[in-house]
Amino acid sequence: MSTLEIKNLQVAVSTDEGMKQILRGVDLTIKSGETHAIMGPNGSGKSTLAYSIAGHPKYTITGGSVLLDGVDVLEMRVDERAKAGLFLAMQYPVEVPGVSVSNFLRTAATAIRGEAPKVRTWVGEVKEAMASLNMDPAFAERNVNEGFSGGEKKRHEILQMELLKPKIAILDETDSGLDVDALRIVSEGVNRVKQTQDIGIMLITHYTRILRYIKPDYVHVFAAGRIVEEGGAELADKLEEKGYAEYVTA
Amino acid sequence: MSITSLNSNLLAPHTPTSREELWRFTPLAKLRGLHDLDVKLTSRVSLGNSKTVAGVVISIVDAKDAPIDSKTEDLVSLRVREMASKVLRIEVAANAEISEPIFLARTVESLDPEVSRTEILMGANSRATIVVENVGSITLAEEIEMVLDTGSQLNFVSLQEWESDAVHLGHHHAVIGKDATFNSTVITLGGSLVRLLPTVEYSGAGASAELSGIYFATSGQHLEHRIHVDHNIGYAKSRVNYKGALSGDKARTVWFGDVYIRANAEGTDTYEVNRNLLLSDGARADSVPNLEIETGEIVGAGHASTTGRFDDEQLFYLQSRGIPANIARQLVIRGFFLEIVSKLGLPEIEERIMARIENELEKASA
Repeated sequence: MSTLEIKNLQVAVSTDEGMKQILRGVDLTIKSGETHAIMGPNGSGKSTLAYSIAGHPKYTITGGSVLLDGVDVLEMRVDERAKAGLFLAMQYPVEVPGVSVSNFLRTAATAIRGEAPKVRTWVGEVKEAMASLNMDPAFAERNVNEGFSGGEKKRHEILQMELLKPKIAILDETDSGLDVDALRIVSEGVNRVKQTQDIGIMLITHYTRILRYIKPDYVHVFAAGRIVEEGGAELADKLEEKGYAEYVTA
Repeated sequence: MSITSLNSNLLAPHTPTSREELWRFTPLAKLRGLHDLDVKLTSRVSLGNSKTVAGVVISIVDAKDAPIDSKTEDLVSLRVREMASKVLRIEVAANAEISEPIFLARTVESLDPEVSRTEILMGANSRATIVVENVGSITLAEEIEMVLDTGSQLNFVSLQEWESDAVHLGHHHAVIGKDATFNSTVITLGGSLVRLLPTVEYSGAGASAELSGIYFATSGQHLEHRIHVDHNIGYAKSRVNYKGALSGDKARTVWFGDVYIRANAEGTDTYEVNRNLLLSDGARADSVPNLEIETGEIVGAGHASTTGRFDDEQLFYLQSRGIPANIARQLVIRGFFLEIVSKLGLPEIEERIMARIENELEKASA
């Protein structure tokens, strides 16, 4: 049982015109077994929330705290956060030329688990996870994200989530750029991880489409750098109908 | 300066100065006189092979029996031609397919400046892989001339794993015949100063050259590669791909890629690329691709050059998966070089080269 507590988080980013405040006091608690959808218009700071929790150097924390099981995450290096149990599925996964998927996955698993996974069980584990995401075994020999289609990149992100077994996963716009079939496969992957692992999920999305496949327990509406409304899955239905207009003008 | 004049051969021998275009990046003071007409150079055949290989004749011949037709404006190459009295000759018989690589080991004696000449003659439709292994301490100016007869294929590998005091000026020149294929891989890791000139010309249509290389300069090293591809006839192909990394104060690399498509070279297909990774402050990489085109009737011609720092987004991505920064850097740099090294098809060499790179990376980051 894990808990991610985000308290009054304030984050700025440096621009040509100086520091620009993006997050203006975010409060959110996510526990194992829960799925929280963060929904909001473009530019509201959803991705900033994701990347600042993961520790991207571009963002400066100007206030507040993020605790994972009571331990301050913001004091940790990026790799330490991952080892502590945080995972960020990125909207735009980065290409790493010359590094094969299999080498990457094994290196990551070794780092997270603190020891190299046993070759025999590891190979089986990867094969099985890849098969359930409809990934060709040849995929493992390709270079990380290099020449991947949008759907392949997102499946690769979920594959990592499945293998690295985080306590809390943040899925940043995992639905973007996916056609219906890819969305279904990726969502099934997320649901499988939810069922088999003790994981809490923060699902960041602009559209309600993915929520037909991944049922949220809570929906938070994000606007102008903070959460402006909260509710259950029914809130997503309201957003589907009325959009974000009332939050943007408010 | 126009790159066309590189072939004029009108140059009178003289001691080059740093005011000359071809020498302006090279620290002449470190050459121990290899370039200096007043310094005597010893002639010594420093390359050799101890194994006999069926289909290959390795001999030492008098320089007068091994004249060079190709022109050069490189003053040090001119000195090598003038001073080398003996030449190592490797002849691969026509139609011979040599499956095992032929290793040529460098013997070293002292740091006194010396010259060496080597000639590789590939018979028609022959195939071979020749690996030059440069290790130890030396002050060397050398020329390796390769002549590929019709339909032959030569995979030429030159490994510079020198000790840190070695000085090596080298000219690798290939004359590629009709439908022949020349693959050159130059790997430069060691040495105080290494300046290599991989150059190519063609003698028949359908000829193809692939020139690849990696270099990794650490503190105080000067590694210079000047590629020259002369599309002197039509319907020939060239690909150039060099990748370098630099780490440490005063680590220095220079890369020139001159590709010249003459007016008669219709149907030319060429592309060259150089990528440099700056891993620390105080290092400097120069990268100058040069494409000179005198005919528009070609298949393609292009070039690319990038010199940049480590990609922070790559680093973040790997770290966000729990991989510590130092291991993430190693992964990325390994991948950067592996693209070229893995193509050698020589697993032992691949392992050795990658181990040395990783070792130097660790030393540089310590």
